[in-house]
Amino acid sequence: MTGFETLRLDGVTRRFGDADALTGLDLEIRRGEFIALLGPSGCGKSTALNCLAGLLPLSDGSIWRDGTRLDTLPPERRGFGMVFQNYALFPHLSVRNNVAFGLKMRGVPRAQARRRTEDAIRLVHLEEHAGKLPGQLSGGQQQRVAIARAVVVEPSLVLMDEPLSNLDAKLRLEMRTEIRRLHQNLGLTTVYVTHDQEEALSMADRLVVLRAGRVQQIGTPEQVHTRPANRHVADFMGFRNLLPGRSVDDHFKINDLGVRVSGTSVGEIHKGDPVVAAIRPEDVLLRPGGFEVTVEVAEYHGREIAAEVRTTDGLTLHLRTSQRLAPGDKVGVDLPADRLLVFPA
Amino acid sequence: MRRRIVASPGAWVVWGLVAVFFAGLAGVIGSVVVNSFGVRWFDTWLPESYTTQWYGQAWTDFTLLPVLTVTLLVCLLVAGISVLVGVPAAYVLARRKFPGGRLLHLLFLLPILMPPITYGIPLATVLYKYGLAGHLSGVVLANLVPSVPFVILTMTPFIEQIDPTIERAARMCGARTRHVFGRILAPLLVPGILAASILVVVRTVGMFELTFLTAGPDSQTLVVALFYSMSAAGIRAQQSVDAMAVIYCVMMLVLLVVALRFVNPTQLVARVKEDPE
Amino acid sequence: MSTATLAARHRLAERGIDPQLFLLIPATVFVVALFIYPFCYGIAVSLQPAQGGALAAYRAFFTDAYQRDTIATTLAISLPAALFNVLAAVPIAYRMRGRFRGKRLLTIILVVPITLGTVLTAEGLLNFLGPTGWFNRVLLSTGLADRPVTLTHNYWGVFFSLVITGFPFAFLLVLSYLSGIDPSLERAAATLGAGWAQRFFRITLPLLAPGLATTFCLTFVLAFSVFPSAILVGDPSGSTRVISVAAYEAAYVRYDYAAASAAAIVMGAVELVVISIVLGLRSLLYTGSTAGGKG
Repeated sequence: MTGFETLRLDGVTRRFGDADALTGLDLEIRRGEFIALLGPSGCGKSTALNCLAGLLPLSDGSIWRDGTRLDTLPPERRGFGMVFQNYALFPHLSVRNNVAFGLKMRGVPRAQARRRTEDAIRLVHLEEHAGKLPGQLSGGQQQRVAIARAVVVEPSLVLMDEPLSNLDAKLRLEMRTEIRRLHQNLGLTTVYVTHDQEEALSMADRLVVLRAGRVQQIGTPEQVHTRPANRHVADFMGFRNLLPGRSVDDHFKINDLGVRVSGTSVGEIHKGDPVVAAIRPEDVLLRPGGFEVTVEVAEYHGREIAAEVRTTDGLTLHLRTSQRLAPGDKVGVDLPADRLLVFPA
Repeated sequence: MRRRIVASPGAWVVWGLVAVFFAGLAGVIGSVVVNSFGVRWFDTWLPESYTTQWYGQAWTDFTLLPVLTVTLLVCLLVAGISVLVGVPAAYVLARRKFPGGRLLHLLFLLPILMPPITYGIPLATVLYKYGLAGHLSGVVLANLVPSVPFVILTMTPFIEQIDPTIERAARMCGARTRHVFGRILAPLLVPGILAASILVVVRTVGMFELTFLTAGPDSQTLVVALFYSMSAAGIRAQQSVDAMAVIYCVMMLVLLVVALRFVNPTQLVARVKEDPE
Repeated sequence: MSTATLAARHRLAERGIDPQLFLLIPATVFVVALFIYPFCYGIAVSLQPAQGGALAAYRAFFTDAYQRDTIATTLAISLPAALFNVLAAVPIAYRMRGRFRGKRLLTIILVVPITLGTVLTAEGLLNFLGPTGWFNRVLLSTGLADRPVTLTHNYWGVFFSLVITGFPFAFLLVLSYLSGIDPSLERAAATLGAGWAQRFFRITLPLLAPGLATTFCLTFVLAFSVFPSAILVGDPSGSTRVISVAAYEAAYVRYDYAAASAAAIVMGAVELVVISIVLGLRSLLYTGSTAGGKG
């Protein structure tokens, strides 16, 4: 398949009846990139992927591959490969024939098709299972077949729809590395849909965070991780403590908390505006002399303890610490200003 | 729950009823079979002696060869056409939501809910008007009325259980619509299509009313020929009518055995989801 | 493709309309041409009798007691038969809903009379229940009767033929509805202290009731169109002169197509009335999942 330099999504919109599943998605994908579409379920990430694949017609907007308009083409003529969440292997075809299917459809000469099929099967380490039917394989093996089937045709773009969500935790970690390795070694361009922020951060070059059908933030994993664009992204990226408050002078007053705190404001905040202050549990520091809290629940997480604590004013906070804590303990905590992000509410 | 070793009176009643029903059924079929082999059977438990001559007589008197040929031809045509017409419709109904879908569903349900005589008489009138009734074509057309909806109803669950993402995956592999149907859906639907067509054959062999209303002398199926020979009782020996009934019976049972290789007994009756035992 | 037609296609596709719907056309044409059109044609014919006004055929049907009474006769045969089949099926299916050896064999034997159909059943009943048949022989030799009981060429012959074909039908339907009810519901009721009868009447029966209504409808449809057995084992000019016989006679004996169509339409209407009453009652019942929570 011919590659491309850029693939451009221009105001891609999809409505289902009166509901907007995806609104005005603008995105430029460069050759060789690994893009993750990230968001909670129902955010429109799968809709975006299906629109890109051609499985869903657009309600509005357009998709361009370099200079050619793509959204008018049916899926089979876009030359993309796709890995589905439930793998969608053809149950009546052997592993070999599943992988060879796309080559057959493209009319690749028999000898060449056979060679490429065997190469692809070797790539995903399934040589001894090539004659089996999908039903005889484990979940992880089926996953590998699905990947081989998608990449064997050398697609200009590989689309992956939550491909790891049906695997157990250990296998998921292995396959994560495997997919990233294939992406690099084969020089693929990949769009990857997931609801798992850790997966997205570890695999992608760039993240597109979606919520309620709208783009919230596009950026590198580091940008999204350390500087979420708004409180929703922050919430999704693991800022578990979201504390409503109000901006006063150059400080912030958090409701239910007797003291003023300072933080780093993200976005435009005027004096008196309602705000949300966000901080990750691991950034909450235990420091004698900080404001006093009582431990309510302590969960053992190996080297760390995750605790739910309550201030004397009744505000609940989550924190993580290597210090041993037990319910009923009274400790002092501190919210470091550079880690406390303050968003307009 | 406790498991009782000794059967309760309730169980006795239930099994008793079942036994009575089976005894009746055995009597009904058994007396036909015995009579068809009997030489003289009047006021005794069993005939005086046995013979197979009634079968030969039935074969020639009722011209069974053409009747069987017609029966076979009608069944194959009806099954073939109703699969060709019904499966695509079942596919769309199973896969898609579109305005008027429920209305269409009801439309396909009606011919199954209506007694055949009710629509058979007007249908026969129309077929006579266009000169189709009295021939094989009329019989086939009339039998298609309940068969097409039946195929649709039987196929819908088969299609629903095929994951739609498999079709999408085929498209993403570059398959055109005809390839999706030919290489992916058709092989996966073969068991369903076999089941549906064998059920249509069983129903068509047994379909009395519609064939009766539309058949001419050369286009009778076995069950209609049986009815005519029964209602003209007295002209032919009762035994040779029974011989014909046994032939019909055997044909049905063979079909039934074949059918049960592909389908569950309950599917012969109606489309109800089987429990995943 | 121009942008305007593209946009229009997208708007239609959003509502679920696209070229794939063309696959529905053959089947729809078949049903409309061979079912709807004849029905409308039948209505039109019934409204154009040889003499009299538009409703003359219907008036004739309803004023002539010989015709009018066929409605009552049909209902008098089909309603009790359908009711009997469903009511007999419930305890038997309830007893057999679990798994046991020979269950498949049992269901196969039960399918036999359904596949054989009414014509063969009629032939068998004539032999079996006839004055010198095995049934009467058993009655006479065991002393249960002192002269043969007449069970053919009357109401009972038709009734038995409807039971033989209708009961297995009802039984298999009820059985599959019953096995769709999660058995853990009854176990849950048992842990809460419900006895056998309470479990059946308070848990299983309410969940089964909508299925019973549907079964009744389907069994009734089957019984309602008693044509061959009414003629062969019944008394087609007297006690088992059902509507279908009247319609058939009008069409093929008297060649009065208006009267025949009118009778067929009346037959369809009566059937639909009964079914809609039953389905109307059914809609008052709980009709939802019969699983005990997560599937």
